[in-house]
Amino acid sequence: MKRLVTVVACASIVMTLATAASAATLDDVKKRGALNCGANGQLPGFGLPDAQGNWAGFDVDFCRAIAAAIFNDASKVKFTALTAKDRFVALQSSDVDVLVRNTTWTMQRDTQFALKATATNYYDGQGFMVRKDLKVNSALELNDATVCVQQGTTTELNLADYFRANKMRLKSVTFLQLDEAVSAYESGRCNAYTTDASQLYSVRLKLSKPEDHVVLPEIISKEPLAPFVRQGDDQWFGIVKWVFYAMVNAEELNVTKANVDDQLKSDNPEIKRLLGVQDNFGEHIGLTKDWAYRVVKLVGNYGEVFDRNVGQGSVLKITRGLNALWTKGGLQYAPPIR
Amino acid sequence: MSVGAASGAPKVPLLRNPRFRALIIQGGLCVALAAVAWLLAREVGANLQRNHMASGFGFWNQPAGFDISQTLIEYNSSTSTYGRAFWVGLTNTLLVAVLGIVLATVVGFVVGIARLSSNWLVARLAAGYVQLIRNVPLLLQLLFWYNAVLKALPDFRDSIRLPGGGYLNKLGLFLPGLELGGAGPTVFAAFLIAIAGAVVLALPAVRRRIGAPVAAAIGLALVIGLPSAVFVASGASPSLDYPQMSRFSLNGGLEIQPELVALLAGLVIYTAAFIAETVRAGIMAVPHGQSEAALALGLSRLTTLRRVIVPQAMRVIIPPLTNQYLNLTKNSSLAVAIGYPDLVQIFTGTVLNQTNQAVEIVALTMAVYLAFSLITALAMNLYNARMALAER
Repeated sequence: MKRLVTVVACASIVMTLATAASAATLDDVKKRGALNCGANGQLPGFGLPDAQGNWAGFDVDFCRAIAAAIFNDASKVKFTALTAKDRFVALQSSDVDVLVRNTTWTMQRDTQFALKATATNYYDGQGFMVRKDLKVNSALELNDATVCVQQGTTTELNLADYFRANKMRLKSVTFLQLDEAVSAYESGRCNAYTTDASQLYSVRLKLSKPEDHVVLPEIISKEPLAPFVRQGDDQWFGIVKWVFYAMVNAEELNVTKANVDDQLKSDNPEIKRLLGVQDNFGEHIGLTKDWAYRVVKLVGNYGEVFDRNVGQGSVLKITRGLNALWTKGGLQYAPPIR
Repeated sequence: MSVGAASGAPKVPLLRNPRFRALIIQGGLCVALAAVAWLLAREVGANLQRNHMASGFGFWNQPAGFDISQTLIEYNSSTSTYGRAFWVGLTNTLLVAVLGIVLATVVGFVVGIARLSSNWLVARLAAGYVQLIRNVPLLLQLLFWYNAVLKALPDFRDSIRLPGGGYLNKLGLFLPGLELGGAGPTVFAAFLIAIAGAVVLALPAVRRRIGAPVAAAIGLALVIGLPSAVFVASGASPSLDYPQMSRFSLNGGLEIQPELVALLAGLVIYTAAFIAETVRAGIMAVPHGQSEAALALGLSRLTTLRRVIVPQAMRVIIPPLTNQYLNLTKNSSLAVAIGYPDLVQIFTGTVLNQTNQAVEIVALTMAVYLAFSLITALAMNLYNARMALAER
């Protein structure tokens, strides 16, 4: 009897492992009826559920856009809040289909981690925040400072690199959760708090007296944030990448949530191809002809999503900067849909 | 009779022979377990390979590149390896576990005995402490202590100056450190040897031959004398290293960080509540007649407790006490919540995230905790065997 139980248990373990590793993510998502999206959960403007459990944010909207393209319904997403430390394992083990959690695209993550970064949806860089009354004007004055930092991030490494390169002595205190790191900084355990600049703005607003804190001008690293998928599923990689490019192209062509229905009648061949009026690019990546129309109609173009979550239409008021379209002096540049 | 039983044995068919059947069942179970382990390992290996994920311990000698706030051994973020970071985490965990076990035992015994006090207020206070602490999750208590410690301490610029050149502020407690002028490692080694010698002296066989007071005196002399003698022999000159104020912090001397204090406070106070109950149970298990008899013989209350009650109570106390020690060691991994760089925080936290080798790193961390627990259990079992009732 015991042996039977053991054999059954062992067989079921092997079977679970085998099913977990199946390749066609799109089929799994369709069968499930919802997209599993790994998001931040603690970061206003990027990923944060409200009191009713409704998720909102820049990264969150990107998951909704993928769901819109697949299901024509932006609400068919199940969000999982992931810590910086756990996010890659969650994606590798198929707990989530896509990881959109302000994650920096690095060579190691793109190759060794068995993951693929799809496209840079936010060009970021690491900065520092300090108390105003410390009278620090530059990060180069931070010799001997104690810095609070969140664990499992490129931030942790950049911080040590930066202090070493500038021959400054560093004392860092590392926390698992963003909230814990911020609360330690606020209570005075650290002189400075460091993370990506985009997060600094949102974290500053969470403090009890935002006006007492200042973000220093130095940006000490390149942090191209990107949605990640698992390696080995080219179709899924393509879907995630092109949903993003469709949003950028839509902004460039001035196709918005409000005017997308009118734009269906546009004579511009680029708009016709984007919205599936002419040609049929969607079906070649396993979606429908009107995939990009659905994305813009239900979620919006890149600029709209940026503005409403982190830009001028939000409390964060982050300027577009590097994230402006290439036509406006920024780096956001999407390959053409044709 | 025994001859008859032996000659009757061959008549039983092999399959009905209880010993043979037991052997078959045990053997079969072993084979099945090994098969499951093998299948799991193969499946994990195959999955890793299919996903092009690295495996093995190749990362061990690669540079770590991140900073660690508390290091008991030499560690440098630019040159030290992941392996070195592992040892830093291990020693930090050991520090908390050893200090925690010692302090929790002291507090636990005091509270446990206080619960049985005839003084109404003392007994009620002890009971209240146990009930309150035992019923609140440890993680919450750790967060409470961390925030309480940080809130209570002054800002860096308003540091409390301690007599003798120390400072106390939100960044921690800064004390003058004893600088041994390069002889540090040798003196430390001498200290360890002296402790080992003292332990040998405490062995019952040795103690019986020379007498307990003499053994204690020699042990103390050894622990203090040997390191001092080695230091003097090394010819280095001692100096005090005072913490120096800089713009943001204090450098030099001995630094005790608030994370360590909060973690120790949380673990000790929590575990002591359980130890107190264990101690109370042990004392109550000693028949009342024992203390009545001791008092009737004219022994004082303290002597009664020390010589009559506690030695008998220890037999009941030690096994559950071992459990509490193991719990404390394992609970120390909650350090991750308050930023104390223990093994879990450094190794299964930062190192795992950077190398992405979850299988190796988690397995190694589990092995470390298993080894800690087995060593603690072994030591406590030896102690238990010594304290157990010697039947003559």
